[in-house]
Amino acid sequence: MSEIRNETPLIEVRNLKEHFPIQVSGLKTKPLKAVDGVSFSIKRGETLGLVGESGCGKTTVGRTILNLYKPTSGEIIYDGKPIKTAADIKEFRKKATMVFQDPYSSLNPRMTVADIIGEPLDVHKLYKTKEERQARILELMDYVGLNSEHAARYAHEFSGGQRQRIGIARALAVNPEFIVCDEPVSALDVSIQAQVINMFQELQEKLGLTYLFIAHDLLVVRHISDRIAVMYLGKMVELADADEIYDHPMHPYSKSLLSSVPVPDPNIARANKRIILEGDIPSPLNAPSGCPFRTRCRYATDVCAQSMPEFKEVKPGHFCACHNLENVD
Amino acid sequence: MNLKKLSMHPDLDCFAPASEAEKEYMVQMRPSSTFFKDGVKRLMKNKIAVISFFVIVIITLCSIILPMFWPYKYDQMLGVRPGRPVNSSYNNLAPFEYGEKELERMAEGEKIFPHIFGTDAQGRDYFIRVVYGARISLAVGFFASLIVLVIGLTVGSISGYCGGKVDIVIMRIVDIIYSLPDMLMVILLSTVLKEVLAPLIAGTVLEKLGVNMISLFIVFGLLYWVSMSRQIRGQILSLREQEYVLAAQATGARGKWIIMKHLLPNCISVVVISTALQIPSAIFTESYLSFLGLGVNAPMPSLGSLASDALNGMNSYPYRLVIPAIVISLIVLSLNLFGDGLRDAFDPKLNG
Repeated sequence: MSEIRNETPLIEVRNLKEHFPIQVSGLKTKPLKAVDGVSFSIKRGETLGLVGESGCGKTTVGRTILNLYKPTSGEIIYDGKPIKTAADIKEFRKKATMVFQDPYSSLNPRMTVADIIGEPLDVHKLYKTKEERQARILELMDYVGLNSEHAARYAHEFSGGQRQRIGIARALAVNPEFIVCDEPVSALDVSIQAQVINMFQELQEKLGLTYLFIAHDLLVVRHISDRIAVMYLGKMVELADADEIYDHPMHPYSKSLLSSVPVPDPNIARANKRIILEGDIPSPLNAPSGCPFRTRCRYATDVCAQSMPEFKEVKPGHFCACHNLENVD
Repeated sequence: MNLKKLSMHPDLDCFAPASEAEKEYMVQMRPSSTFFKDGVKRLMKNKIAVISFFVIVIITLCSIILPMFWPYKYDQMLGVRPGRPVNSSYNNLAPFEYGEKELERMAEGEKIFPHIFGTDAQGRDYFIRVVYGARISLAVGFFASLIVLVIGLTVGSISGYCGGKVDIVIMRIVDIIYSLPDMLMVILLSTVLKEVLAPLIAGTVLEKLGVNMISLFIVFGLLYWVSMSRQIRGQILSLREQEYVLAAQATGARGKWIIMKHLLPNCISVVVISTALQIPSAIFTESYLSFLGLGVNAPMPSLGSLASDALNGMNSYPYRLVIPAIVISLIVLSLNLFGDGLRDAFDPKLNG
């Protein structure tokens, strides 16, 4: 949400694929196409929201960008340089970090808060003296609104919201430029969600951070994101500015997804008609041919079964992958 | 409290703001409790475990301290004096009996330290031999478990963390070792190693301990780590799926760091428990190897070899067999009970 924007993207992902081998029988394996050809870029200081239903590969995109999973193919270009070798990755780890979904399992129960937050400092040896480390940890705790008295405590002594703050402080420890937020608020209750989201925004303004914000709560994503990408079954189906995608969704899947957002005003809610999808999301092991959404799409035609629609710029800054855009009302 | 007549609400004018001291009183910071403290607290509630712990401590302390100021040595034959014929009156004394010379000296009013358990066939004080035997047995149990711990921990954590092919290879090796008849292997290896090791350790401190003891440690190192490594691997397999491990990977931590900082501290309870249960099993193995004549070198006693020697005079001197047997049982039983107590106190799966 900050105003500083360079035109060169901070991070660019080109045709990223992540296929996991799944054992079918004996020695035979079959690729599970968790992410299947995703391309996007994020500008410095920008927040890209990534939405989609469970199992569509959002989390895998986030983890693959950080090289937690080795990408099957595709390129990740950070600040103009592709991330390939182990040395690149090591350097990249100091600039890109992650906030995890579950504040309970993402903190080691045997470590004190100071050790959890200080771990990235230890790993990258970012301090010279013990005092320097301690000072940095207290500074980070102050950033995320934790009391310095909490440093010697264990994670299980904290509430969900406080734990997530610890996780955020850990992500900030190396002074990163880019943070992948993997559903950082979905495990928290609503009042805490608001606090944490606002903290994300304050930190972005203060430290000039760039976020990839993965979520399934569409209201949260709209609140924090500059642009939003919609994923379905390992593929990106639509990408546009946050307001544009909310006001004029193009892809039939995005339309249906956005029609499911609850509206606080009952009059408007009644006027909106929900587009209810039939069937379930297909298994990524047996993805449909052509467009992955065709099995549940009202507008599907023969061409949808034959080829995957191109992910093209329909309006300036608005990308969409659909064969029958002109028919979609 | 004054209530308003109509609404029955408390009258707000009756409330006074809290003073600083009162505010202070309301904020009670509980001292942070660690997993370890909680475990110790639970352990302390288990009476059997506490008693077993004290039995172990007492036996260990006795076996370390008593030989220091006991008037007799474990290998001192009381009837043998240089330049004099062997006085056989010291051999096979019953508890609290004395040899000829000692009786004479006592008649002169001298105080003689009693032979609490009598003496053995060579006229050696049996009590100090039992104490010494307990010392050897405990030392064997402790060091053998240490070897098992180090090897099992290393192999298990590498196998669990790396997974995939590394895991398959290591686990097949473990399976092979598991399927060997361990008794046979121990006896076989001790016999073979005896030949190999004897020239190697001649003249060193280890010689006093005996080739058998060294080969026993080697056998332990080679064979007994497998169950430990399996347990550790099982723990690590489930722990490495935790998100905090992924978080550590995201910060750029390497395998060694993750194992040392994240995985092992979280399976410490399994480690402590299986080590505690490994000690009695090692003592047991040492005892029957000694019993079979494969244990410590004479005149060094161990509880097993004492029992073995006592077999010859079982009808006349049954206490010589019973005493070391009781001490072995006591050590093994209390270690096992203590190990069980540790498991109950530290294994979170058992206490919900």
